[in-house]
Amino acid sequence: MENLLKIENLSKSFTLHNLGKHIKASQDINIDLKEGKFIGITGKSGSGKSTILKCIYRTYLPETGDIYYNSEKLGKVNISKISERKMVYLRKYEIGYVSQFLNVMPRTTAREIVKQAVLEMGYDDEHANKEAIKMLSHFELDKELWDSYPNTFSGGEKLRLNIARAMVKHPRLLLLDEPTASLDYDSKKKVKELIEQLKNEGTTMIGIFHDIEFMEGLCDEKFNMQAGKFI
Amino acid sequence: MESFEKPILKVNNLRKQFGNGCKKCEDMSEDVLDKNYCPECGTVYACQDVSFEVYNGEILGVVGESGSGKSTMMQCLYFDKEVTKGDAYISNYKDGKSNIFKESSQQKRYIRNNVLGKVYQNPILGLKMDFSAIGNIAEKLIASGNRKVDEMERRGNELLEHVNIPLFRSKEEPKNFSGGMQQRVQIAKALSNNPPILLLDEVTTGLDLSVQANVLDLIKKIQRELGISMIVVSHDLAVIRMLADRTIVMLNGKIIEKGLTDQILEDPQKPYTQQLVHSLL
Repeated sequence: MENLLKIENLSKSFTLHNLGKHIKASQDINIDLKEGKFIGITGKSGSGKSTILKCIYRTYLPETGDIYYNSEKLGKVNISKISERKMVYLRKYEIGYVSQFLNVMPRTTAREIVKQAVLEMGYDDEHANKEAIKMLSHFELDKELWDSYPNTFSGGEKLRLNIARAMVKHPRLLLLDEPTASLDYDSKKKVKELIEQLKNEGTTMIGIFHDIEFMEGLCDEKFNMQAGKFI
Repeated sequence: MESFEKPILKVNNLRKQFGNGCKKCEDMSEDVLDKNYCPECGTVYACQDVSFEVYNGEILGVVGESGSGKSTMMQCLYFDKEVTKGDAYISNYKDGKSNIFKESSQQKRYIRNNVLGKVYQNPILGLKMDFSAIGNIAEKLIASGNRKVDEMERRGNELLEHVNIPLFRSKEEPKNFSGGMQQRVQIAKALSNNPPILLLDEVTTGLDLSVQANVLDLIKKIQRELGISMIVVSHDLAVIRMLADRTIVMLNGKIIEKGLTDQILEDPQKPYTQQLVHSLL
């Protein structure tokens, strides 16, 4: 089986100019992720877990090292060095990112949010609506909420909407940034079931979890982070 | 992938200066580059060596403080101001082979009417306040050679409907409209000849939050449905976060940083960009 993602010696630090500080976030990270597999990363707050995901999604500029991704359309690319234009393409069509926060246009209904993800891929309104309904039901968002604004949703509902928005594009690689943080036990269980479902459907994933024991049985490989390094 | 990475607009080394310059500043010494004026002769360099690309269907955000040269850059692109130096190419105009800044005034008028649309921060600059809303659109249609009244009326109504202006108000003068409505009429006017590129200069500044959300929603809808490329200038980072795929940061007339919008906001590299992002409420 081929690697979908291969990270080699990735390091990332931040320079805070006003404070004159240089903070090392992640160092010498190496990951091999094969298609259809699920890697879980755990560690304390500030250990550099999210930094890795954000470098893969290019929200953070990787400092040194390479992130090779095997794109369906662009071939093998190095995300560390890829043009912004190509990265916009990968985000639109191949790589999804789910966090516990929902960043959306104001006054946009849940259904519209999921629909827009399909529309921006170039599909028509009818198809987008059909796919949105499919996803919202699939991830069990209460039907009454479909045409409401998500700023009144609970944490779990926002998260399910977030996952629906990312999954409606059927990304080849899904990055899960602490999707269970701040959820109660029942909601966490629900998220675990969702991830299990995605895995069974063949989605390749990297997830970050505070409480990785909760993901027991799901991860194909686990990494523990401390002070920016895998231990 | 060649066409995928071929820009629809390419701007190279755009410079706009106010003043004649002197020996000291003509060689663009460090002093001038650090500020945007020459301490010797007082020449202001509103834009210095501004280079960037806009791709098909994308929204490019431009941020920076007041006086950083954002609006001057937009005015130069729309020929409201003449550039001092530099060149720009639009792929939909003469196959992207002609420097638009060097074109004749007749050709520049053609570009303004058919290839570019602009929405100004102040609607007074973009609209004729004593023409009706639909008359403003007709004016732009006439400028590009349209002479059929019924066709212009149909197109005008279609555009006003698209930007949510009730048709029973289409014959009213925009001076009677609210700020948000005036911006929407400006957007309709800018779209009238299906330009492939839209320039939006601080279009939500001064609007209240609910009207602002409305205009943002409209801009996003236009981009999605019509696939138009846009340059959005704003000092409001929240607006840029909502709209732009990529963002450039300007300071003292220069581009100091470029990147994916979330990268600029979450991992800014330059001291000024960090300061700007940290001021976000």
